[in-house]
Amino acid sequence: MKTSKKKVKNEARRDFLKQSSVLSALVLSPGQAVKDPDWDEKVAAPFEKVALKLEVNGVKHTLQVEPRTTLLDLLREQLHLTGTKKGCDFGQCGACTVHSNGERINSCLTLALTEDGRKITTIEGIAKGDDLHPMQEAFIKHDGFQCGYCTPGQIMSGIACIREGHADTEDEIREYMSGNICRCGAYPTIVDAIMEVKKGGQTV
Amino acid sequence: MKAFQYVRSTTAKSAIEAVVKDPSAMFLAGGTNLVDLMKRGVTEPDKLIDISRLPYNKIEKEGSGVRIGAMALNSQVADDKLIQEKWPLLSLALNAGASAQLRNKATVGGNMLQRTRCGYFYDTAMDCNKREPGSGCGAKEGYNRMHAIFGTSEHCIAVHPSDMCIALVALDATVRVQGPKGERTIPFADFHRLPGDHPEKDNTLEKGELITAVTIPDSPYTKNVHYLKVRDRSSYAFALVSVAAALELDGKTIKSARLAMGGVAHKPWRLLEAEKSLVGQSVSEAAFQKAAEVAMTGAKGYEYNAFKLKLAPNSIVEALKIAAGLTA
Repeated sequence: MKTSKKKVKNEARRDFLKQSSVLSALVLSPGQAVKDPDWDEKVAAPFEKVALKLEVNGVKHTLQVEPRTTLLDLLREQLHLTGTKKGCDFGQCGACTVHSNGERINSCLTLALTEDGRKITTIEGIAKGDDLHPMQEAFIKHDGFQCGYCTPGQIMSGIACIREGHADTEDEIREYMSGNICRCGAYPTIVDAIMEVKKGGQTV
Repeated sequence: MKAFQYVRSTTAKSAIEAVVKDPSAMFLAGGTNLVDLMKRGVTEPDKLIDISRLPYNKIEKEGSGVRIGAMALNSQVADDKLIQEKWPLLSLALNAGASAQLRNKATVGGNMLQRTRCGYFYDTAMDCNKREPGSGCGAKEGYNRMHAIFGTSEHCIAVHPSDMCIALVALDATVRVQGPKGERTIPFADFHRLPGDHPEKDNTLEKGELITAVTIPDSPYTKNVHYLKVRDRSSYAFALVSVAAALELDGKTIKSARLAMGGVAHKPWRLLEAEKSLVGQSVSEAAFQKAAEVAMTGAKGYEYNAFKLKLAPNSIVEALKIAAGLTA
């Protein structure tokens, strides 16, 4: 692994930069380039494990990861967060949906090393203690599942759908939830659950 | 997935150098297609050069046009206020593609460089001249329902799967590229190529060339536009046929038109002659039928995709009717 000494020495400066870039990211539109303190030149040989910094569900981790490890496998195999499911493993089913810096992505098509410095939220990270997230409550209330395998992905995607402002009508929800497949066919009640949370106006 | 070396770049220059000196090195941006292909053993690079956080993700006015950084995310472009206001066709096309999750990772440059979803290309047990030049084309005599009806060759009948690119070719976009020999620009219509004798080459980029931006000139097509995508399910499926239609109207008279089709060729298929046939015409189904007829010149179906010879012109007429406000 290649870590420059300078990087270690500048830890305090790095933290300052990190905070200030978070602040500028809030001010700037999402498209603006932000100098990224977690993004330095890095080389990893084919089987070499190198350091990866990730914050997962509010907990900061420094992990050792080889290049071909996906974010999904890292979450499940290394961090034992098995709530995120491996359905197709090819980005077609959405069972692996997690949030990266608040945006929904397919963790199966995401190489873990490309997420350096980001904040990941999985299904395990949305409840507050014993208080379920409003979307979890709504899925239970509306019976938004049968076997449950797609449910973590549906819930993470449903939360993002509302945050993105794409949950105003049932048709819009169906369109913006199309990346999450439910083989039991619980779609009508999944849409009901998301619609209810949207109408309830709670912060998701 | 075959193991590979991972190299993270912080400058375009170092990324380009790394790809130039290693024959099997590839750029990695969003990875939504490349990682998929690597898992299936279709593409097996020895080295990935991670360019995902190079500072090319801005969407900015440039003169009367717009410059979209190659690393801008598909969702970011689709939701951009300036794009929605001035080039709504692009936003419509982007939102017709993939899923919300994929659009949050896929970049503009990566969308252009995505490979065909031809089943024979994806299945490493099958013959495919695109994957393995000289091995033959399994699709030509095989199950070719999703395949091309324009510009095919005896070596390949695959289609380019992008929606975004159909809008970009219609809007006369230009691709900006940085490479070992410096910078150059490529008209969008010349970026992708027809299969000819070299179906393994999807586009006209040279080894080590990196897309840095796409620019779109000022456009009068802010209102009467439509992107029609016909597919096997209503969302999250590749196009059987798609049509990008844009009209500039003066009352009922068509001042100018832009038309392009997806799902029908190895490259985004611009319909220049059909566009010309619309100029000066009054908005009417008859004029649109005529344009569709012109558009279909030279089309050729295969065993399972001959339905596209009807579906394509019908889709052109429908897209134009919606763009013109004749149909809701």
